[in-house]
Order: sequence, then structure tokens, then C-alpha cells
Amino acid sequence: MIQLITTILAITLRAGTSLVYATIGEIYTENSGILNLGVEGTMFLSAVSAFAVAYYSGNVWLGFLVAMLVGGVLGALHAFLSVTMRANQVVSGLSITLFGTGLASFLGQRLGPAENNFNLAGISGPRLTIQAIIGLNKIPVLGALFSQDLITYSTYLLIPIAWYYLYKTRNGLNLRAVGESPITAEAMGINVVKTRYLYTIIGGILIGLGGAHLTLSYTPGWTDNITGGRGWIVIALVIFAMWNPARAVLGAILFGGINAIQFRLQAVGATIPSSFLNMFPYLATILVLIIMTWWETLSKRLGAPAALSIPYMREDK
Amino acid sequence: MRLILEKRKATSQKAFYIVPIVSFIVALILGAILLLITGVSPIKTYAAMVKGTFGSMHVFSETLVKATPLMLTGLGVATAFRMRFWNIGAEGQFVFGGIAGAGIALFFNDFISSWLVLPAVIIGGMVAGALWASIPAALNAYLGVNETLTSLMLNYVAVLFASYLYYGPWRDQQGFGFPGTARFSEEAWLPRIFGRVHFGIIFAIIVAIILWFIFNRTRWGFELKVIGENKVAAKYLGIKISKNIVLALLLSGAISGLGGASEVAGISRRLQAGLAVGHGYTAIIVAWLAQLNPIAVIFVAILMGALLVGGDQVQLMMGLPAAVGLVLQGLILFPMLAGSLFTEYRLKIIRPEKIVAGKIESEA
Repeated sequence: MIQLITTILAITLRAGTSLVYATIGEIYTENSGILNLGVEGTMFLSAVSAFAVAYYSGNVWLGFLVAMLVGGVLGALHAFLSVTMRANQVVSGLSITLFGTGLASFLGQRLGPAENNFNLAGISGPRLTIQAIIGLNKIPVLGALFSQDLITYSTYLLIPIAWYYLYKTRNGLNLRAVGESPITAEAMGINVVKTRYLYTIIGGILIGLGGAHLTLSYTPGWTDNITGGRGWIVIALVIFAMWNPARAVLGAILFGGINAIQFRLQAVGATIPSSFLNMFPYLATILVLIIMTWWETLSKRLGAPAALSIPYMREDK
Repeated sequence: MRLILEKRKATSQKAFYIVPIVSFIVALILGAILLLITGVSPIKTYAAMVKGTFGSMHVFSETLVKATPLMLTGLGVATAFRMRFWNIGAEGQFVFGGIAGAGIALFFNDFISSWLVLPAVIIGGMVAGALWASIPAALNAYLGVNETLTSLMLNYVAVLFASYLYYGPWRDQQGFGFPGTARFSEEAWLPRIFGRVHFGIIFAIIVAIILWFIFNRTRWGFELKVIGENKVAAKYLGIKISKNIVLALLLSGAISGLGGASEVAGISRRLQAGLAVGHGYTAIIVAWLAQLNPIAVIFVAILMGALLVGGDQVQLMMGLPAAVGLVLQGLILFPMLAGSLFTEYRLKIIRPEKIVAGKIESEA
């Protein structure tokens, strides 16, 4: 039984890694007041880029690097459209998802080797190896924390750092000020436009890293539906975490856990249909949204960015 | 000297028409560059796409088939966006319309006279879509919950619920393991006009005309517009915002639900996995490209449908990935989004002497 729990936890952490990166990225973006619905497309395009680069160079890390670059570029595109060109953030984000999924699917069928009919699907490339920490990985249950790959280990550092930066540093305060009230932030001498660009790009980079983890470690390999809606789960997770990086981990484990438990349930002939299990995160998110809106003082304390998805136009004042 | 953006006093009519056309051309150029990089002739590809979508009656009918659900969901979305209610739940409303339509077609056709089955399927789909849309509407109108996020989450609930039904209790026992319900009996089939083009397209055109009339000629249409442009002003004019949000969203959901019911009754004639393929998301883009004009939605939907069919055709004829169509859809949007700025703003060159004490005097 303990062995089973350990295994489920280990799979949960691996499944949750891409979610943790993307969720923290999106939390930073949304805290600056920008809603980026392009997560799904960004993850998808960075996943294919990571795999293609790693396949041809033989270097996994180069794959991660390029995925981060792709994520950053799409983040910059969203910032350009929604900050500089004042486009509707919902439409801009959805466009990035549409474009990203389309292009990823196209490239996945064009960038492969000629002998595989230019297809990237069905070929195996280099993958990130699991590096168990000998000794610690034998601890019952908690051992799952120590039999992961380097990218998953990095989340143990990323989560506290992301939390500390957002709530305990000057830069984090400025970032939250921009998301809360851009006009006040500007009056305080904070450059709203620069801040929003910066954190939308950083968000994109982290989302890209999450996408790369799918093709280079979790799956690994490329299939045409590799993200399987993870980008949308991220949008839900951000709300579920109430815009706090520390809470993102709980959500990611919960969502990753649902993934992991499902395989087990299917194996034993489950009685709960998987559709209902999968519905749970979305319903929980709606519930969180209702409670937060209803109980406004609570939401203020928990830090929902008040200016989320409201464009800032200095000239209109 | 520097450039600033100045808000126009009225939206520019010229920019309103030029921006979409320029965007389309820019998308074709960007797409051509992408095709060249991956070693394909863009001219051949585009020629194949045009031939494969408008080249013969048969392929054109397929374009219309793909465009029909986009028209109806696009019209549904446009109704909500009219008052800047960011309903991105058309996908879920469409799917629920399909679920209700299928449920009635499968389980009620023994209880009602046969000529009533099809109207019941269609109306049931509309009611289901409306009810599904009423959830984010009521949550927003009475509790102030962000509608973008709730309507998005409900899409997944709807899609998962549909898959539960066709994998579970509604699954066809004689289906050889195929995930889907049994085929509807014939009285629940939506008649086809030519090829696979079904009556859904007529519904879309009728809805577009009705919406055009509501938006431009009725007091309610005017109220929706005022709510969209200025909620404070709407309040002073005595417009009931909460009630209008719910009413408009019931209409919006009903139109998307009509799309879902028409799709199952006109094309697949059963509930199956292919129903939720993202029409509700493309619909947002259709509504946006059409600048929320219901008549324009019809034509933009045909264009977007053509890009999808064109992608399939390119795959058949040239062995290229069908995703070419999706890439082009995406590429149209970026210049369009960037360009829409110029309908509301104009670029203005500020010379140094005009800057008085560091402050720019703007006419707006």
C-alpha cells in the first residue's frame, strides 16, 4: 500500500511539473494585470520546438533553452498586442493559442526526418533522465520527492523563490501594484508598460519550460495532442491558487494527482467515470471564483489582481 | 519629436474596412514565408487551397458545412460581446445544445408524434444552450463573478459530460466499441439542401438577420450597446444591467445551442467525439473579425471554414499537414488585433515645441 502511494506521488509530481512551471508563469503575468489565454498554444509550440531541437542536436538542455525562447517570444507578442496595441486580451490570448497549436501541429508533421515522412511523432529522441537521490529515495512515501529529474527538482526551489519575490521584495510589490491599480502605480513612479511586458515575457518563458518538460521528460516524445488541454488547466490552476505561487503547488499536485490516480483506477476497473474525475478541477475552480467574489474582503487579502485584463491607456485619462 | 496615440472622436470607418483586408494580405504573406522555410511552394499551396474550397460545387458545399457551426456560434458570441460580456463559453453551449438534441432524438421520439421530433430536437438544443449560458450570466449579473473564467471552465465540464454520455450510458451497444450514441431515427434528421449542407445554414442566415434588426433597430439593441460602452451611463438612463446581461446571454447561448443541435441532427446524426473540435473558440475570432456585425459573421465564417477545408485539401492533394489552415487562421488575427487600434486611435506626431511644461495637450 505504501509502495502504491509512493508510486502515485512520484507520478503526480512528474505529471505536475509542467503545470507548476506554467502556473507560476501565468501567476506572474496575471499579477501584472495581463490575462494570457495563450498558455495552451504556447505550451504546445514550445513542446514541439524542444523536441525537434533536442532530436537534432542530441542535447536536451538546448531543447529546454529553445522552448523557453519560443515561450518568451509568444509572451512578448501577447504583451505587444495587449499593452502596446491595446487589443482585447481575451482575443489576443486565444489567437496565440490558435496560432500556437496550428503551427505546432504543422511543424510536428514537417520537421521530422525524411525517413519518417517528415513526421516527428513516433520517433524517440533524447530524454531527461531521472536522477534519484540515493538514500533519500528509499524513504517511504516522501521518497517520491527524490526520484525525479532535474527540472522537477528545480520546482522545489522555484516555488519558494517565486513566492518570496512576489510578496517580500520591492520588485514584487511594484508588480502587484501594477496589477492592482496601474494608475496609482504610475503615480508611484513605476513604469506600467515595462512591468507588464517584463512579466508577460517571463510568464511565457516559464510556460515554455513547462511545455518542454512534456516532450523531453514526462511523455517523452512528440504526439499531436501532447498538451491535452494542460494549458487550460493552468488557467484554472491560477485561480485555484488565488494568484499565489505557493498555493500553485497544491493545485498542481491535485490536478497531477487526478491524472495519476486515473491510470490506477482504470487498472482496477474503476467505478467513478473518468469524465467526472476530470470535471472536478474545473468545477472546483468555479467554486473558488464564486467564493472569492462573494467574500470580497477575503479576496483582497488573498490578492486577486483588481486590474486583471483591463487595458491601461495612459492617453485616455 | 515623438509619436503618440490619440483617441479618435469617432471610430474610423475607413480603418474599420481596411484593417481586415490588410490583415488578410499580411497573413498570406507571413504564411508564404513559413511555407517557403519548410520547403513548400506557397503559390501551389494557396492555389490548392482555393481550388479545394471554392473550385467545385462539391468542395464549396464542404466549405459551407464547416462554416455553418462557426456562423451560429459566431452569432452567439457576437450577441454577448455586443455588451462587452466576454462569454467564451460558446463551445460548452454548442456541446450542450448537441447533448440535448441527441437526448431528445434518442429517447423521446417514441413519445411524440414524428413530425414534432425535429422541432423538439432544435428547440431542446436552444434551451440547453441558453441554460448553460445562464450560469456564467447569473453569476456575473448577481454576484459579480468574472464571466470569462467561469464560461471557459464550463466548456470543459460540458465537453467531459458529453464524453461521459457517449462513452457511458448513451453508448451504442451495437457500435462495435465505437464511442458514440446510436444513429438517430430518420424523423430527427435535419434535412440537407445539397451535398452535406443542411438546414443549419438557413437558421444561421435567419438568426443573422434577426440579430441585425435587434442590434440596429430596436430599443433593446441600443440598451445592449450602451451597457457595452458605458455601464455608468446605462445606469443613469435607467437600463437594468443585470436583467439585460441574463437576457442577452440566454439569447447568446440559445444561438450556440442551436448550432450544436443542428450539427448533431444535420451531420453526424448521433452524439460522438467529433462534436467539440473548438468551433466555440474559433467563433470568438469570427465574431471579432466581423467586428460583431451579424451579417459580416456569415461571410467571415465562410472564410474561416474555407481555411479549415483548404487545410484538409492541401493534405489530400500535396501531402502537407492540414494544420496549414489553422496556422493561416492564427496569422490573420495578429495583424487584425494590432490594426484594430487604428479604428479607435490615430498616430500623432508631437514636435518638441508642442510639449508645454512636460505635458502634452491632447484634443481628446
